[in-house]
Amino acid sequence: MKAKATDTKAGLSEQILLEHRPILFRYALLQLRDNSLADDAVQETLLAAWQTSSKFEGKAGLRTWLIGILKHKIADHWRRNVREVSIPEFDQLVDHDTDADEDDFFTSSGQWHSGPNAWNDPEAALKQQEFWAIYETCQNNLPPKMAKVFMLRELVGLEADEVCLETGLSDANYWVTMHRARLRLRECLEIRWFNNSKSKKENPHA
Amino acid sequence: MRSCRDITALVSQGLDKSLSLRERLAISVHVMMCSRCRNFQKQSQFIHQAAHRYTEQLQKRLDKKS
Repeated sequence: MKAKATDTKAGLSEQILLEHRPILFRYALLQLRDNSLADDAVQETLLAAWQTSSKFEGKAGLRTWLIGILKHKIADHWRRNVREVSIPEFDQLVDHDTDADEDDFFTSSGQWHSGPNAWNDPEAALKQQEFWAIYETCQNNLPPKMAKVFMLRELVGLEADEVCLETGLSDANYWVTMHRARLRLRECLEIRWFNNSKSKKENPHA
Repeated sequence: MRSCRDITALVSQGLDKSLSLRERLAISVHVMMCSRCRNFQKQSQFIHQAAHRYTEQLQKRLDKKS
């Protein structure tokens, strides 16, 4: 019983395509910043995939193929709206000095410069609007390539190997990039939110 | 003994793939003794969670606007 529905000759089943909808939607939403536009782009993508499923060769993986179609739909949208906010290819994004990054956090022997402190009730932060504004700022402060890799993995929800396909990063580079992204985000949240909110907690009526 | 840099790199990898038993043990032993890396471990899991919710938040915010 190994009759997988992804069998290319039989075409892709609707079911299989729909499984990828949430990831496609998040991808589209982060680019288009509009719920209904994102919805439309995903619908069009799934429809196009359905109609051309015979072209799917199964080499790159279904999701990578779908994202390829989605990117075209998003580009079409920008073209129609003449807003020339072309989305740069990953290679065109400005790189950052990755070696300097390491020194920001660790000594040459690999010990913390200044350590992560304990955070007070992070769960509660998730319920606060102000926290999300800070979170967004911290995310936007990541260098462009790092931000993109983090976005594809943590916001869109692609697997590591899919992110590598999407960006052309090597495996090793991927791990280093994600490690640094997490170090940076963590530090930013600590400085801007968790250290600051201590005073609020000590004096809840302030 | 592995450095904090190496351990946090492993912790980070653990959020993106499954680690070997040896790697998981190295982390457990280290964080038992190192509160900084223990904090990093908890907080990177928290960030993972927050990032996941971020798109929901964004969706809600955009909904209100329209």
